[in-house]
Amino acid sequence: MTKVSRRSILKGGAAFAAGTTLGAPMIWAQNIKDVTLRQFGTGVSNLNDVANKVKEDLGFTLEMTALDSDSVTQRAATQPNSFDIADIEYWICKKVWPTGNLQAMDTSRIANYDKIVGIFRNGKLTPESTIAQGTAPHTVGFVEGPEGNSFVDNESGWMTLIPTIYNADTLGIRPDLIGRPINNWSELLNPEFRGKASILDISSIGIMDMAMVVESMGEYTYPDKGNMTREEIDLTMAIFTEAKQNGQFRAFWKSFDESVNLMASGEVVIQSMWSPAITAVKSKGVPCVYQPLEEGYRSWGGGIGLSASLTGLERDAAYEYINWYLDGWVGGYLMRQGYYSAVPETSKNFMSENEWGYWFEGKAATDTITSPTGDPLAQAGEVRDGGSFFDRMGAVACWNAVMDENQYMVRKWNEFIAA
Amino acid sequence: MALPIMAVLMFFLVLPILMIVAVSFWQATEFSIIPAFDLENYEFLFGSNVTYRVFFNTFKYAFITWVFTLGIGFTVAYFLAFHVRSLTWQIVLFLLCTIPFWTSNIIRMISWIPFLGRNGIANSTLLSWGVIDEPLDWLLFSDFAVILAFVHLYTLFMVVPIFNTMMRIDKSLIEAARDAGASGAQILWNVIIPLTKPGIMIGTIFVVTLVMGDFITVRFMSGSQSANVGRLISNDIALLAYPSASATAVVLLLTVLLVIGIMLRFVDIRKEL
Repeated sequence: MTKVSRRSILKGGAAFAAGTTLGAPMIWAQNIKDVTLRQFGTGVSNLNDVANKVKEDLGFTLEMTALDSDSVTQRAATQPNSFDIADIEYWICKKVWPTGNLQAMDTSRIANYDKIVGIFRNGKLTPESTIAQGTAPHTVGFVEGPEGNSFVDNESGWMTLIPTIYNADTLGIRPDLIGRPINNWSELLNPEFRGKASILDISSIGIMDMAMVVESMGEYTYPDKGNMTREEIDLTMAIFTEAKQNGQFRAFWKSFDESVNLMASGEVVIQSMWSPAITAVKSKGVPCVYQPLEEGYRSWGGGIGLSASLTGLERDAAYEYINWYLDGWVGGYLMRQGYYSAVPETSKNFMSENEWGYWFEGKAATDTITSPTGDPLAQAGEVRDGGSFFDRMGAVACWNAVMDENQYMVRKWNEFIAA
Repeated sequence: MALPIMAVLMFFLVLPILMIVAVSFWQATEFSIIPAFDLENYEFLFGSNVTYRVFFNTFKYAFITWVFTLGIGFTVAYFLAFHVRSLTWQIVLFLLCTIPFWTSNIIRMISWIPFLGRNGIANSTLLSWGVIDEPLDWLLFSDFAVILAFVHLYTLFMVVPIFNTMMRIDKSLIEAARDAGASGAQILWNVIIPLTKPGIMIGTIFVVTLVMGDFITVRFMSGSQSANVGRLISNDIALLAYPSASATAVVLLLTVLLVIGIMLRFVDIRKEL
């Protein structure tokens, strides 16, 4: 009922705005309060705090829906009219963009575009950086024009996703139960941890962790971990199937909570993990380290894209929202959870010097570090695992990816689980 | 009387099944489902040895669970029906059996996880008694855990129908058998078991269909390390492969119907009821 009335108000407003060009800004300012934008995405950035702050700062309503990454892909690909803003990962973008359900964004309307980290523009964190394997965000970040269907390799001025949040993932360990330094991905299959290792049961991400392990063991060097051939998939799965049959794994996890429970209970001492899960284990008083490894990190990034059906006033509101998103408040909020924001320098304005030093610069905390919700995460003197932003994001070995042989890989993954 | 029931069954049972059968012949890409008549889903299903392994696993779970639920269910029902003399106590004890069912399936299952874990109650108790020297890993995230959870979840489905048929057995038949000189074991084998067959069969159908259709118990209790047919279907659905999920569902449905068909050959429930 409310939706119907909102739509009709919008239509009326848009028609009036079109008729009287001079008065348009006034109308816009009044009508924007009635706008509701429907955003969906994974749980990491779909936060009610953000929706509340949008209402406060911008005046319009943002409805959030949080789903798991499979459902997110599904919805973006099959239900284009169910959302206005899609908060998706870059590898999902590669799968979903060809469906034509999203529209490219004009970068000249993004105020902080020039300040967005290089990773999302030309792929380079610093001018000297090499670009990691997998679906690096800049490779699916631009199309040739507003109606563009294929990705281009330069900053064309039309962006597919505006980056919002990203991080570098690695293995989580229980230092108290392992009792020695861990420096390589290959430790995941070390027989020393038989029955105490775990890997995540989400095929597109799990296969990348596997590839990091296989390379680290010296079994094989992939030309591109993010786009394996069938033979490479078979080889990777064979190594892990053998390990599984030898009882290397305690369990596989699919949801965030499962990974936290496995680690906190001591069932598992080394496993694939996500940054906030480490925080959750630590907040139970259990020691847990997000261990930097010599081979580097597996990284991921997300961004927001606009539904193809978004036009007029609502699209204006969406641009307003994006500009607000990059303006620092959200960035600060996310960075205080251990993620990175696309425009770190604006986030700095919303963080204390201690927080900025700890989370971004890799300095020792000068005072207790708390999460946005107030839980203490680190005490004075502690240093973030992996160090500074440039240390961590500069050591990315591969990005989450979707392969050309994705369907084959998924079938093989099912065999691995059933083996 | 029959017409409304027929209508409800048509709409909520037959129609959805027909739909699943139809979709099982469709094609799917990563994003779209294309109506077609194509045997590819079935070809892939029957061509993969994972399918056979997973079906074998499903039967294995069903069979072992059946053995234990039958053993426990029959014993409990026998005790309630023949050892407990007063009707009041029978009702009280019977209600006691149903208490676990006041909470949800998932909670009853998940509560095993901290109990069986490496540092869980079971292991720490055994350690403190000196029965074992180091924690038993196979207690959790193993086939043992899966079957334990199944037995726990579904034994009552055995108890109820068996208890029901036992209560209908005419006590004078047992007295007659005893007067004729039969031993306890003979009475059990030649009088009670034949007369409780319909109850056993109804319980068996419950347990077998529930176990064969399950996916969540296997996922949680095996720590995602084992697969049954239900998990194949749920994986397919997560990956948008509805046609291949439908094909697997159709094969599972036919298998379960076949199993029930075979069981009904042994006991004519309708006649015995």
